[in-house]
Amino acid sequence: MTDAANPPEGTNPLTPVLTRRWLSPRSWTLHTYEQLEGYSALRTALSAHPDQLIELVKAAGLRGRGGAGFPAGVKWGFMPKEPSKPHYLVINADEGEPGTCKDVPLMMADPHSLIEGCVIAAYAMRAHHCMIYVRGEALHCVRRLHQAVREAYESGYLGRDILGSGFDLDVVVHAGAGAYICGEETALLDSLEGKRGQPRLKPPFPAQAGLYACPTTVNNVETIASVPYVVNGGSDWFRTMGREKSPGPKIYSLSGHVENPGQYEAPLGTTLRELLELAGGMKDGVPLKFWTPGGSSTPLLTADHLDVPLDFEGATEAGTMLGTTALMIFNETVSVPWAVMKWTQFYEHESCGKCTPCREGCFWLAQVLERMVDGRGTEEDIDTLLDVCDNILGRSFCALGDGAVSPITSGIKYFRDEFLALCERNRSTETADTALVGAAR
Amino acid sequence: MTEQFDVTTTEHVIVPGERAAYTAVFDEKVRADAREVIDRYPDPRSALLPLLHLVQSVQGHVTNEGIEFCAEQLALATAEVSAVATFYTMYKRNPCGQHLVSVCTNTLCAAMGGDEVYKRLGDHLGVGHEETAGTPGEQGSITLEHAECLAACDLAPVLQINYEYYDNQDSTTALELVRALQRGEKPPPTRGAPLTDFRDVERQLAGFFDGPGAEAAENASAAAPETVRGARVADEHGWTAPAMPDHAELPPRPDDK
Ligand SMILES: Cc1cc2nc3c(=O)[nH]c(=O)nc-3n(C[C@H](O)[C@H](O)[C@H](O)COP(=O)(O)O)c2cc1C
Ligand code: SF4
Ligand code: FES
Repeated sequence: MTDAANPPEGTNPLTPVLTRRWLSPRSWTLHTYEQLEGYSALRTALSAHPDQLIELVKAAGLRGRGGAGFPAGVKWGFMPKEPSKPHYLVINADEGEPGTCKDVPLMMADPHSLIEGCVIAAYAMRAHHCMIYVRGEALHCVRRLHQAVREAYESGYLGRDILGSGFDLDVVVHAGAGAYICGEETALLDSLEGKRGQPRLKPPFPAQAGLYACPTTVNNVETIASVPYVVNGGSDWFRTMGREKSPGPKIYSLSGHVENPGQYEAPLGTTLRELLELAGGMKDGVPLKFWTPGGSSTPLLTADHLDVPLDFEGATEAGTMLGTTALMIFNETVSVPWAVMKWTQFYEHESCGKCTPCREGCFWLAQVLERMVDGRGTEEDIDTLLDVCDNILGRSFCALGDGAVSPITSGIKYFRDEFLALCERNRSTETADTALVGAAR
Repeated sequence: MTEQFDVTTTEHVIVPGERAAYTAVFDEKVRADAREVIDRYPDPRSALLPLLHLVQSVQGHVTNEGIEFCAEQLALATAEVSAVATFYTMYKRNPCGQHLVSVCTNTLCAAMGGDEVYKRLGDHLGVGHEETAGTPGEQGSITLEHAECLAACDLAPVLQINYEYYDNQDSTTALELVRALQRGEKPPPTRGAPLTDFRDVERQLAGFFDGPGAEAAENASAAAPETVRGARVADEHGWTAPAMPDHAELPPRPDDK
């Protein structure tokens, strides 16, 4: 498309909004945050009616950044307007989808943007309790958030009668204990209730019966951290970035065989070609082979997809999903069946065991792939893999199962030859073995 | 492995009605901490995950005593607590070393050298997944594990020591890190707070920041060059997001339906 340094008229190739403060010294402190407009959106929000905020977030078209892209304002609107039970806001900071590495740096560099977003969102949804469920391994984020929450209490941004508005909010920072499935929102709620993290049947949806069977909204870190900017800039401003159905800026995480991996915040709809240019191209010039648009649960793409607009619609049209905009980039040296095997081993390990298709299916998929990569596969194994995938997709209790088959089906779709080559090698070994057996006689 | 586990079970077996050893370990101070954890939540049971972290900060792993302790604090059956403790990777059923070294071997890191790092460390320490080199708890003892994606893929391959990040490793740098740990040193992480011990960070995961290094932790920078790469490129080019209006109107309140 266009040269990244000379974009078409309109927005710049990079639009730092969430990442704007990250370069500031001691960016994580309340002091820095307040100097750079921090908590100004909260004042505006608290002087408005909660429903105006829900309408604002709807109008802005802010979509969930946790993977599924559900419109945040619509989700907030599902919460009852007249609380008869306590309402809860739960922040999903369990970042564990392979490839995803945006929420952790955000919480390390600018935790107050998340806290400010929490207060605004909680006010809009009439919640007086907010829980931030942080992945346990993200220890430094746990520390940062504790520190930020303490600072916010001390300055009257949390606690009783926030900024004299009469609104009360308590925030608890809660560390998880290592289980990918706890990122799934209903499993997260069970985990937060002190149970094994296993998904719940939906309906009832969390807005009806979530944490402690009370109305609850679960949102991703990046979603909520975007809210103060939506309040300050308004919906029209937010929509100057991104595309019609996927507006706003987005943190794209580039990893793997690129010259300058890292976090790049650009308007939704930016392409990999544009991002690669910003990131200095492929590492050592070795050509691109395959990549994920949004983590390992989103079907792989290839060098033919460099111009796919990376927003929710663009990704779907290309047969994949935007997921978490975790762009894992692999060059020609990486074997697709090997990569697929590694991811499958991940899903096998992380399957929570609640439903049979995923629990048994992931186990068998891993076995078959291990055998193939080991050079002991047969052509029928490819059919077996696809057949097992077919029995998992859409038949599992939660989306982990669907995600588990993504690398396999897309890997075979684009790189069947590589899987076949593994079997070819096996066939020639078999011949060799047979010959040897004959010789032994 | 087996040996360690035997020691644990004989040492910590709980004879019903006889709680001397158990109350000695989980003394009044730990009980007070436990109450503080429970008070954070609208429902006491929500305290179970942090309480298990607290147990690990006291004993270095989740012992049978630790399970009894949590059960007692929350009025749960020990079986309920066990069911939870065994579900989560971060709760260790065997005594952990002074340090826990977790090497990411998920696909992206593995392709960038993570598998090699893990193998090199395993060979050097002579242990496999979730095994400990040295006597658990003693200086320089190290528990090794391979980990799933640690949300630091732009810094691959990564490893964590006691959940502090050591970014952009290779098998040589990782080996040097582990050798330093064995010598009793505490090499600083790439991002995060100065290195302490596994038990110290378990206390932090339970929500207590009164231990070693808590203050230094507050001042520890955490932005790797990779973290701020996009922000820096934008800065260099003078690229910003479109300017916000001076005063953004909020939509009117929708009519109550
Ligand atoms: C297996 C699995 C893991 C998930 N992990 C995460 C996660 O780590 N963080 C996250 O925000 N969402 C995760 N999700 C998505 C959540 O279920 C949920 O959609 C999201 O937190 C909603 O927030 P949003 O609307 O702001 O995106 C996961 C989903 C599944 C099925
Ligand atoms: S799909 Fe997998 S992770 Fe989800 S409920 Fe079933 S077994 Fe558990
Ligand atoms: S794959 Fe290793 S940190 Fe993500």
